[in-house]
Amino acid sequence: MGFLDYLSEPSNRSVLYEQAIEHVALTAAAVAIAIVVGMVLGIVAHRNAVLRPPIVNTTATLLTVPSLALFALLIPVVGIGFKPALIALAMYALLPIVRNTVSGLGSVDPAVTESARGMGLNARQRLLRIELPNAWPVILTGIRVATQLTVGIAAIAALVGGPGLGREIFRGIRSIGSPFALDSLLGGTLGIIVVAILFDLLYTGIGRLTTSRGIR
Amino acid sequence: MTDVMIELQELTKVYPGTTSPAVDHISLQVPRGEILVLVGPSGCGKTTTMKMINRLIEPTSGEIILDGENVTHMDPNQLRRRIGYVIQQIGLFPHLTIADNIATVPKLLGWDKDRIRARIDELLDTVGLDPDTYRDRYPKELSGGQRQRVGVARAMSADPDVMLMDEPFGAIDPITRTRLQNEFLRVQRDIQKTIVFVTHDIDEAIKMGDRIAILNEGSRIAQFATPEEILTAPANDFVSDFVGAGASLKRLNLSRVRDIAIRTDAPTATADEPAGAIRERLLGSDWTAVLRLDADGRPQRWLRAPDLRREDIDLSRAGLPAVAMVEPQATLSDALNEMLVGSAGVAIIVDGRGRYQGVVDIDTIITSIKRMVDENADYYRLAKLGDIDGRETVGA
Repeated sequence: MGFLDYLSEPSNRSVLYEQAIEHVALTAAAVAIAIVVGMVLGIVAHRNAVLRPPIVNTTATLLTVPSLALFALLIPVVGIGFKPALIALAMYALLPIVRNTVSGLGSVDPAVTESARGMGLNARQRLLRIELPNAWPVILTGIRVATQLTVGIAAIAALVGGPGLGREIFRGIRSIGSPFALDSLLGGTLGIIVVAILFDLLYTGIGRLTTSRGIR
Repeated sequence: MTDVMIELQELTKVYPGTTSPAVDHISLQVPRGEILVLVGPSGCGKTTTMKMINRLIEPTSGEIILDGENVTHMDPNQLRRRIGYVIQQIGLFPHLTIADNIATVPKLLGWDKDRIRARIDELLDTVGLDPDTYRDRYPKELSGGQRQRVGVARAMSADPDVMLMDEPFGAIDPITRTRLQNEFLRVQRDIQKTIVFVTHDIDEAIKMGDRIAILNEGSRIAQFATPEEILTAPANDFVSDFVGAGASLKRLNLSRVRDIAIRTDAPTATADEPAGAIRERLLGSDWTAVLRLDADGRPQRWLRAPDLRREDIDLSRAGLPAVAMVEPQATLSDALNEMLVGSAGVAIIVDGRGRYQGVVDIDTIITSIKRMVDENADYYRLAKLGDIDGRETVGA
């Protein structure tokens, strides 16, 4: 009886599997957008002391908006489904990436940047060859935190008709009182935990592969 | 006619929001192949002056002429690739291997791979690091002294005519610093770069400089002269205060071991000689110990007669370890220091690869000191009589 029976039922398994794939895709798309936007904002904030406070503060404020409200606020603008979910999640994922890009670039030894300048590397070469590779472990940590955050919040996307394991959780909530409500809640929740663990393992691998042995 | 490599004309830097210039109309010339040391108290503007040469700091006014070409307004990145730059904190790129650190500028200049690889090995060899051992290491795997060697190799990578060195040995322990200074002087004898070297340490200035510019506030030149002239004929009170007491002792930094009589008559033994033969040689000499060398000719142990009494003794462990080794370009001050530290009466002279060349004993150094003191006395006597005027000879 109970949860094991729920899991052994092939139709439930395929629903969970399908929703897990959706969940991964939604998270990956949102984090990918946040990486591009967040790193650009982080680099701008690092280079420009005037723009740094507004950039960091704005992204920090975004994270304080209750997720339920942000999802709902986006419906009149972009409708329901995948789009509002993606946009809201990308906004939440920004802060850790922006903040870690700024602090990672800021932690590069000034002697390293000075010698790079003294050797005739221009601003772009310094950023791509020296500063970003050295800041990378810190930036990657930010991306990792952003991903964990997104995996969790993505469950709420189901409320605006979005994809993912949140659908199974909400099915459980809607059917509270029925014998299967708890199974659905548990199934969705455990699915999200598994997705989160898989992402974390992936980042450990990426970290190993992309971080120079000299700064590990 | 001297061939001028670097010329500064009325170079001035006024930082925004300040009224008194950090560098106030400095003009000077550095002949090709010479080391010019800028020395002065902190805040005198020596580093600012140096950083204007590769335009890390843009001059407010004045001109910079490099090898006859006015570079005051050329693209600074192009300019910097032609000038080697070494700083106190070294600034090796931690995420790159030693080879990739050295290859940075050659890659920017578009050298092909084989040429870069050959250059890396050549440079590591030059600074005394075995290429096979160090090429693929990361900066964090090296000691401070080794990192500074790589820093120097990196600055020389594209074979620049000019090098700027900002307190390059300042953050290194005294013993390693002395060794690196001597090694660098040895390398400089071969490569003959034109170097601007900044330090706050007058002893280092005297040792390293072909010429020294002693700078006062605003980078105003208090004296521009050879080390010899600065020690014997300080131009004014500021210079004599800065040079400080013990000017004649500082002259120990002017004489190099290679300039005095090296004794080559010390008995030596090779690694494969039996104890008996070595003992014969020792007894036949007027020395109290034999210097045993290893297979590569590097000094290993001092062996005295009692150490050689038995044939079956392990000669690689007998006697005393050979210490107090200096290279020919070491100063007498270094040699004396090594003797005192090693509490041996002699310093062993070795070449760049550590092979035995000869010895210098404490008597020789004392004779040299005495001669210097006598010369000093002569100089001041003549100066008082008005036969020579130190200030007129400056820079002539």
